[in-house]
Amino acid sequence: MTLQNRRQFLATGAGLVIGFALPMKGRAQSGAAAVMTKDGVGAATFAPNAFVRIAPDNTVTVMIKHIEFGQGPFTGLATLVAEELDASWDQMRAESAPANDDLYKNLFFGLQGTGGSTAMANSYTQMRQAGAAARAMLVAAAAETWGVPAAEITVADGVILHGDSGQSASFGEMAEAAAQQQVPVEPALKNPSEFKLIGTDRPKLDTAAKSNGTAIFTMDVYRDGMQTVVVKHPDVIGATVISFDDTEALKVKGVEAVRQIPQGIAVYATSTGAALKGRSLLTVEWDMSKAETRSSDQIYAEFSKAATRDGGIVVEETGDSGTAIKGAETLHEAEFHFPYLAHAPMEPLDAVLELKDGKVEMWMGAQFPGIDRGAVAKTLDVSGEDVTLNVMLAGGSFGRRAQTIPQIGLEIAAIAKAAGGDGAWKLVWTREDDLTGGFYRPLTVHKLRAGLDGDGNIVGWENTVANQSIMLDTFMDQGNSGGKDPTSYEGSTNMPYDLPAKRVNWVRMQNPMSVLWWRSVGHTHTAYATEVFLDELLEKARKDPVQGRLDLLSSEAGRHRAVLERVAEMAGWDGEKVKGDRAYGVAVVESFNTYVAQIAEVSNVDGLPRVHKVWVAVDCGVAVNPNVIRAQVEGAIGYGLGTALFNELTLLDGGEVAQKNFDTYRMLRIHEMPEVEVAILKSLADPTGIGEPGTPPIAPAVANAWRALTGQAVRRLPFTAAGA
Amino acid sequence: MIQFKINGRDVSLDADPQTPLLWAIRDEIGLTGTKFGCGIGMCGACTVHVGGRATRSCITPISDVAGTEITTIEGLDTDSNHPVQEAWRNLRVPQCGYCQSGQIMQAVALLQDIPNPSDQDIDAVMTGNLCRCMTYPRIRQAVRDAATAMNGAQDNG
Repeated sequence: MTLQNRRQFLATGAGLVIGFALPMKGRAQSGAAAVMTKDGVGAATFAPNAFVRIAPDNTVTVMIKHIEFGQGPFTGLATLVAEELDASWDQMRAESAPANDDLYKNLFFGLQGTGGSTAMANSYTQMRQAGAAARAMLVAAAAETWGVPAAEITVADGVILHGDSGQSASFGEMAEAAAQQQVPVEPALKNPSEFKLIGTDRPKLDTAAKSNGTAIFTMDVYRDGMQTVVVKHPDVIGATVISFDDTEALKVKGVEAVRQIPQGIAVYATSTGAALKGRSLLTVEWDMSKAETRSSDQIYAEFSKAATRDGGIVVEETGDSGTAIKGAETLHEAEFHFPYLAHAPMEPLDAVLELKDGKVEMWMGAQFPGIDRGAVAKTLDVSGEDVTLNVMLAGGSFGRRAQTIPQIGLEIAAIAKAAGGDGAWKLVWTREDDLTGGFYRPLTVHKLRAGLDGDGNIVGWENTVANQSIMLDTFMDQGNSGGKDPTSYEGSTNMPYDLPAKRVNWVRMQNPMSVLWWRSVGHTHTAYATEVFLDELLEKARKDPVQGRLDLLSSEAGRHRAVLERVAEMAGWDGEKVKGDRAYGVAVVESFNTYVAQIAEVSNVDGLPRVHKVWVAVDCGVAVNPNVIRAQVEGAIGYGLGTALFNELTLLDGGEVAQKNFDTYRMLRIHEMPEVEVAILKSLADPTGIGEPGTPPIAPAVANAWRALTGQAVRRLPFTAAGA
Repeated sequence: MIQFKINGRDVSLDADPQTPLLWAIRDEIGLTGTKFGCGIGMCGACTVHVGGRATRSCITPISDVAGTEITTIEGLDTDSNHPVQEAWRNLRVPQCGYCQSGQIMQAVALLQDIPNPSDQDIDAVMTGNLCRCMTYPRIRQAVRDAATAMNGAQDNG
């Protein structure tokens, strides 16, 4: 979703959290004010606020309020602190902040949370202020210790120096004295032209541990006496247990108990192997009365029928598109189908919970940790303060751990509650649980129609989007949404092109299937529908795909224009869409306030697109860590490409999910990964997101190249299902 | 009782012989660098060396490894400075990091078998290891860099 959309969505609700409605400066101040509190660590450690700790051993540890699952906040947020602190990069460390919605809130959400590619954008000023505050306190301490004016002290590369007297100190040496200083309310920040670390490539703080097996994920947490628990979930989403037989399961050595919980049947064992074997021997009878028993084909048919021109609600309208299209020389129509998708992070969902004397400690890769913490407290009937949630490194997420309903928190709490006493439990989901467990990218139908005049100009554009809502009726919906969920159609609205008459309708479908945001959310389907449909219109009008887009971009779309011009230059675009056995397709998409243009080079290998190279131009404001940005764009392209080529979760007749593991839910593999060349546009604008925006343009760019190469318009994803 | 050697250490396990090696390594022996991703040998996150060969521990019963020598990511190099690990660090390959132990173990085995791999060799061997973050371009380059470093070391040695 766009940042603005999610912010507005939350901000219009009741009980709003300070932060969103304030202008940038005010927001930053409020963030800094909220964190300028001592956090109870020992006096030997200088902790100027909740984010920065300077230890006598001269290490600077930044508490990272955003979960690290590969998108780089450990390195990114530590860079912001180090910049203003004038630290040496070698002394920087990063640690996950625990669940605490007050101290560690996402300033755009008002609660602790990672999503919408906001980590850098919402932290940019706050983390720099935290670093600047710490620097000011170190300088004040040095001035007092040495008896010299603070103004004469400089700090560079981790050394505090008074040039005239030749006195110097490390941060560690001055840490204790600094802890006694006043915390500055509004420390001065550097002008971007003074940046030394921001904009340079440095080692990532989490690389070493992720290259030698010492990085600890939730799956790697073991507690004394801990039982591993696997749950037999229904094969059909929404089914519930009528009865079960655990006779054979309980005979397995290591299986200690089998209990019914609201989510299914839980097998408690001394090891994972025993738990899995026990689960395989359960027989369960399911009540299907509230289950989604329809097949994907039936759901597509229903959505397609509902996606009429006048269906649902109008979410954007300019001019009279109906009359414009009626009077057009040429009418063009297309219907696009997008399947349910799983996120399939490499680490399946998991959690560890220890209950002792009414106190709960948890370990979990939670994207909204406060929500899971609250769900656990409620289920176990303890106060929120009695629940400590350690946010762990997570083995990928792509949206799956940003749970609108705290699915995993509720399940691990139910496991503890059913056990009926103190203990420690690790909930392990298998890949089968992951792929069949719901919370998918919503199945979506787009119906587009447009008219061209005799000169090939677009005179009217209409798009009806039918899918389920992600946010309505969840905790994100604070009662003031007006029945609109922008994450369902974002990108079909706010297009950057000058279209004289335009209308977008959204039809909310209500199914028992649970749905969730998936890397780039609405843009996963809207970018494809709009950039492919536009490309088809340009083709009908005999216009060049790059120049045609440039001609259509509005006067406000300067950043779109810049990335599109840059990518055309990189790819040597000359208007020839097909050269020999290779074809070239383009797409340009803004998502999360980041602008990305891509050109894909494609050939036909055994009837499917083989993507050889992708050129990318990206504008995400100040490039805090260019290497992280390039890595995210490379990864986002592979993620979007593999999905477009291969992935759908198909509901069979009766509602069972057909794809249960990586043998049938096929991931892009190394031999299918294209070469990716990334250009990052220079910018002084505040940084925006980078975890998601690389994903939306790749599928339409490939589809546009494929159509040029083969004449086939792919209107149903994945390419394999379209018969490509 | 099933006995084998892991990272140079003798272990003997009193467990169901059909227990997957992965869970024995993690739950019984306590080495957590080897990861669970799919349980059917399709993702490679659980890759270890058994007798020097890259092996998917999630589909290998412990009865099959009795008497063998096993190496996990923890046993690759005492200082975590195997040339493959150095190449991984230099290129900042990992994103989420969860699959990377398996990737590294597979890459080490590849370079033992093919010291000078072509890009086709790299793709053919590494294609069994999924990375959901799609760090593939960097994995490919890191394998090339490690090959160069290891061959240079041999030439100089």
